[in-house]
Order: sequence, then C-alpha cells, then structure tokens
Amino acid sequence: MTHNIYLYIFVAAFVSCLIRVLPLTLIRGKIKNPFIRSFLYYVPYVTLAVMTFPAIVTAPQIPLAGILALIAGIVAAWKGINMIGIAVLCCVVVFICESAAAYIL
Amino acid sequence: MNRNKNAFFNGIRDGFPIALGYFAVAFSLGIVAKKAGLNPFQGFLSSMLNHASAGEYAEFTVIMANAPYFEMAFVILVTNIRYMLMSCALSQKFNSGTSLFHRFLVGFGITDEIFGISIGRCGALNPYYNYGAMAIALPGWSLGTALGIVAGNILPASLVSALSVALYGMFVAIITPVSKSNKIVGGVVIVSFLASFLVSRISLFSQMSDSMKISLLTILIAGLAAYFFPVKEEADEAQEVETHAKEAPKYDA
Repeated sequence: MTHNIYLYIFVAAFVSCLIRVLPLTLIRGKIKNPFIRSFLYYVPYVTLAVMTFPAIVTAPQIPLAGILALIAGIVAAWKGINMIGIAVLCCVVVFICESAAAYIL
Repeated sequence: MNRNKNAFFNGIRDGFPIALGYFAVAFSLGIVAKKAGLNPFQGFLSSMLNHASAGEYAEFTVIMANAPYFEMAFVILVTNIRYMLMSCALSQKFNSGTSLFHRFLVGFGITDEIFGISIGRCGALNPYYNYGAMAIALPGWSLGTALGIVAGNILPASLVSALSVALYGMFVAIITPVSKSNKIVGGVVIVSFLASFLVSRISLFSQMSDSMKISLLTILIAGLAAYFFPVKEEADEAQEVETHAKEAPKYDA
C-alpha cells in the first residue's frame, strides 16, 4: 500500500514536537534534587562536545581542515572572541585549507 | 516590552550565522528529500515542522522505504531523543512563572544550535530571544530544503564544505569559555571529546544512529560527572554571577 506524504510529515512533526515540548511544559520549577540538578548542569556541555567532535573533522572534504578549524576555534574562544567571529573563522580556515590543498595536489 | 524587543533582536543577530549554516546543510538535505519523492512545498513544510538534520534525513528514508506510519514515529523518537534532554536542561533556564504558551513555543523551536545559543545566555532565559533566533533560522533551514529539492546541488562543494563547520564553531564558542573558568567542565568536555571519538571508531556502535550515540553518551558522561562532582547550589549561583559579569558588557552593548 502507498502512504500519504503529508501524513508521514505530520506523524514526524507530531512526535518531534512532543519530544521537544513535554519536558519544558511538565518541569515547571527549579529541580531541588542535587544529583538531577548537577546532571542537567552538565548536559549541555557534554551534548555540545559530543556533537562537535569528531563531526567537525568529518564534515569538510579534508579532515585536516576540520582539525585546524577546531583548534583555531578553541584558541579564538579562549581569547574571548565572540560566537559569530568564531563561526566565520572556522569557515575561513576550512575554505583556505581546501583551496590550498586543491592548488598543491 | 523593551527588554523583550531587545532579546528578540539579539536572537535574530545570533540566529543569523545559524541560518547561513542551516541554508547550506538543508540544501543537501533537499537532495535526499527529492529522492524520497517530496515536492518543494512538502520539503519546506517538513523542515518548518520537524527541523532536525538527522531526524529529517531519517524521515525521508522512511518515506523512501514506504514504511508503516508507526515506524516513522519510532524512527523520529530515536533520532530526536536528544531534544528531550535539551528540553529538560532548558526548563531550568526559565523563570518558574513562564507561561505554558512560551514554554510550548520555545520547546517547539529547539534545535541543536538554538539550544546551544540559549544555554550560552546569562541569567534566566527570555523566550523572545529564542523567537528571534527561530524567526531567522527556521526559514533559512526550510528554504534551504525547498531550494535543494528545486535546484539540486548548485552551491560549489568547497562552499558547502566551508559552511558545514560554522555550526561546530558556534558550539566551540559556547563550551570553551566555561571550560576555561571551570576546570571540572573543562575535564568533562575533554572526556566527551574522547568518548565520542572512540564510539565513532568502534564498529560495535556503527549501526546506532548519531542521535542515539549523542543521547547515550550525554546520559552516561553527565551522569558520572553529576555523581562524582555534584554542583553546589551556591557555587552554581556564584558562577552564574561570574559569567554574567564577564559577558554582560559584550552582550548588552
């Protein structure tokens, strides 16, 4: 049997909306339990770190470009450069690396 | 009122680079959507409503396979489960009096990147900041998908490649300053890097979706960190004040 694409989209949208909305609407106050508080404190940093590495290395065409972009990003953030500046810097590093590689190879 | 307006415009400002990155990534997602038989409007709709790269990729493969609807529900649950953790974490950034309406809309707008920038804000979260970021990032994502379906791959590969790291650059911008001032967070971040790298290399986990890996690693590492290095309430607040003092001039300028 064939399925309706709109119904597929609706099912996908409904489930992802529930996942996103339920905790935010159900957890109304500050959580008192120290373990859960600490857990939620660490969650964002772990999630962002896990999503960044090694994905930043595999996303560009040349892995080395990704590694250099990561290092440049960390150094720039360490020096206090703002978010947009770092995002642009990482893109520029990858672009230059890949252009240089294309020129050399 | 003025505060909300300010927050909204700050959201647009921070959402702009996200939108650019999204546009490029969504373009390649559109190519997959086209293979699955979606027209540009359906791609746009899907991206407005679901807005998740891995989640939508999985969605299109389910459509391509002509699989049952419950399989769609299950696949989306698995690929997007990390948003549930993010939603829990965001609930602690809200003032407890925040209305259901704001909670629903902010929850609906959670993506990896919007979550990232909202966690990076100091103090309680103003929902209008998220609305600003959503107002520019979500259309960028959706238009990118639709254009990807229409035009295929017209962006040169070198440009797509360069733009693909913009999002990770933003993540680095969020985790690095906190890692610098808080040694425990720094250690947790390094452990996360290593664990994530190992999991990506071990063939045992190769069948697992990326989102599942992210969720499991997050629960494991954040759980261990919370067990061994519980955050003291005073320390928590002191740190918030500290980051606030440090970042306030940059953000409110």
